[in-house]
Amino acid sequence: MSAPSAVTAPPSPPPQPAQRAAWRSSLSQLDVRTAPYVYIAPFFLLFALVGLFPLVYTAYVSVHEWGLITGDQGFAGLANYAYVLNQPRFWQAMGNTFSIFLLSSVPQLILAIFIAAVLDANLRAKTFWRMGVLVPYVVAPVAVGLIFNQMFADQSGFVNAVLTSLGLPPVGWHAESFASHVAIATMVNFRWTGYNALILLAAMQAIPRDVIEAAVVDGASRLRTFFSITIPMLRPTLIFVIITSTIGGLQIFDEPRMFDQIGLGGNDRQWMTITMYMYELGWGSQRDFGRASAVAWILFLVIITFALLNFWLTSRIASSGSATTGASRLMRKTKGGKR
Amino acid sequence: MRSHTLLRGTAAAAVAAFLLVGCSPASAPSPSASGSAAPSEPTEPITLTVSVFNEMGYEGLVGEYTKLHPNVTVKLDRAATSDEAREKYMSGIAAGSGMADVAAVEVDWLPEIMESADALTDLTDPEVEGRWLDWKVAQATTADGKLVGYGTDIGPEGVCYRADLFEKAGLPTDRDEVAKALGSTWDDYFALGKQFSAKSDGVGWYDSADAIFQGMVNQVANPFSSTMPEETLIPLDQNTEIKAIYDKIMQSSADGLSAHLQQWQPDWQNAFQNNGFATMLCPGWMLGVIEGNAKGVEGWDIAPTFPGGGGNWGGSFMTVPSQGKNIDAAKELAKWLTAPEQQIAAFKAKGTFPSQVEALTSQDLLSVTNAFFNDAPTGQILADRAKAVTVVPFKGPNYFAYRAAISNAINRVDVDKTDTPEESWATAVSDVSALG
Repeated sequence: MSAPSAVTAPPSPPPQPAQRAAWRSSLSQLDVRTAPYVYIAPFFLLFALVGLFPLVYTAYVSVHEWGLITGDQGFAGLANYAYVLNQPRFWQAMGNTFSIFLLSSVPQLILAIFIAAVLDANLRAKTFWRMGVLVPYVVAPVAVGLIFNQMFADQSGFVNAVLTSLGLPPVGWHAESFASHVAIATMVNFRWTGYNALILLAAMQAIPRDVIEAAVVDGASRLRTFFSITIPMLRPTLIFVIITSTIGGLQIFDEPRMFDQIGLGGNDRQWMTITMYMYELGWGSQRDFGRASAVAWILFLVIITFALLNFWLTSRIASSGSATTGASRLMRKTKGGKR
Repeated sequence: MRSHTLLRGTAAAAVAAFLLVGCSPASAPSPSASGSAAPSEPTEPITLTVSVFNEMGYEGLVGEYTKLHPNVTVKLDRAATSDEAREKYMSGIAAGSGMADVAAVEVDWLPEIMESADALTDLTDPEVEGRWLDWKVAQATTADGKLVGYGTDIGPEGVCYRADLFEKAGLPTDRDEVAKALGSTWDDYFALGKQFSAKSDGVGWYDSADAIFQGMVNQVANPFSSTMPEETLIPLDQNTEIKAIYDKIMQSSADGLSAHLQQWQPDWQNAFQNNGFATMLCPGWMLGVIEGNAKGVEGWDIAPTFPGGGGNWGGSFMTVPSQGKNIDAAKELAKWLTAPEQQIAAFKAKGTFPSQVEALTSQDLLSVTNAFFNDAPTGQILADRAKAVTVVPFKGPNYFAYRAAISNAINRVDVDKTDTPEESWATAVSDVSALG
């Protein structure tokens, strides 16, 4: 964003009419003020087209009776919302979504921080290890689904074979609700832990080494350094990672849909998530876009609520209680950075 | 979905309806033929797209059509699954554009598209009268007599069985004797099953209770709803006919006849390799599935019988959406593709069994045998099974959802073992009532 100003106008040309100089000056003023917006405009124009428009249009559809094929059947008020909120399956889907979300996000983040810390240490063949953790992310979700579906098969699966050989009872991965959530969360964690670890690793490397060295000189243990310096200084990145996993976790669709061949979330909808419920209403049994749009909007509001809640929580957890960035001040605090 | 942005995900419904349509291949723009030409034979080169799914066996036929009609180039647009094809189809109808000139429809979702028969070309034509089995035509005919689809294949059912397991249990092994032992009713079928499981340690008589339900429900004329023109659902708690079937199947499962599997799941596929079960209801297209899953297993055979009379499972149609630019040429193509000769060629290529009357008596078809099934004359057997079909259930727009609710109920008891039959039935009753 170089800003040519009127003061540094090229000296070479002979004296020009004052009027022209003023014109040039105001033009470049305009340039300085508007150019950034023009540069960023394409994104927002595209966003308005593929993001904002569908969002608003979905709200419009959600207050109409709207069939997949039959289209607009007239204004329905909040009837679609009332229908959805009265369905036990909706609340079941909500519960499943949060259960899978917690089972995947929490262990995933803890593991990702741990892996990032290990990768941050002085390892041989650093790049190899760092790329290695990203490999699962490259595998297509559908392929992950197929593989895990085989592994978690109730009668003939690998996981149950291991369990029974250890003398443990086999688990009904596709029968029990909680077991299916664990299996699906495993799929999600397999795919996303490495990705988050790399983001956190990048943030860790941005922490000034001298701060850590100072802590070590002051006699802090490695664990203390990690919790009192590394974690608090990761805060902005942690907020980003937690909010993106909140958004992704609540919208989870691929993995549970691939968890069996039918893709409806089990015979008792043991692992049907909210997006799967939306899909079933819109394209599956009912072909009702009105109700599906109502679910979409409810989910949208829930996600916003939880993203804000997580933002607030994360700010509290990861900060040391003050807005300071000075590591020495952090070190002096007695309770600094305790989780 | 995880990496998608917030807004894209929430607005999926709207996006899919309006943007995906833009992605599906539209038929190539063709020069508008000036009115003088014969309606069915284009005078200028045109391209027709045919949307198909799974394996319909038309790959080899496309070039042949161009040889007969030099001005027509045919392009196949294949979807991997019937579900995917259904989604594209629905979006195309909703948007009024973007559909193939000739589009395949599976019988399971045919009722849904019959609701919007206005968007489809009436294919009634004296030339094709009597070409198909009557019940096949009836499935694609609206209440006011409009024919929306030309029949392609059907799924006449026999009983596939493991001769080696039968022998171990002291049952007959020859396919005609097995047919005799299986009797004629479902009770006979279950009775022989009890005899079998008494002498076979833990081997299931049938693979899946839900598959048995599929077989039984396909013999009920009005399983879930009253007939056209308006579909009126029978509330599940008042549906005594379905309850009786449900109870009978649950009883057989409790008697130990079931292998407690769910079709298409990995456990089911793996069970083919480790003697999981001895019999299976098999429509023609299932033969290929069994052969694929049971690779290396010897002993499979097919008995020329079906409990409770004939039964049909599945089958498809070719429709001509009226949004196309070359409707007449498209209709001509659909007519040609669904003629007996072409359908026999498709049967030989991919095993889709023809629905055309003439094909059922063609020597070409009757002489087909299947080496994997102990050289059974599958052409002859399936043709006989097709003729035995007398009842085809009425399927309204809610058939699929209603059926799924009961499927789930059966699987909760038979496969998941999380519910008792009564609990599971109660859940199904509430699921069905939510469809309104």
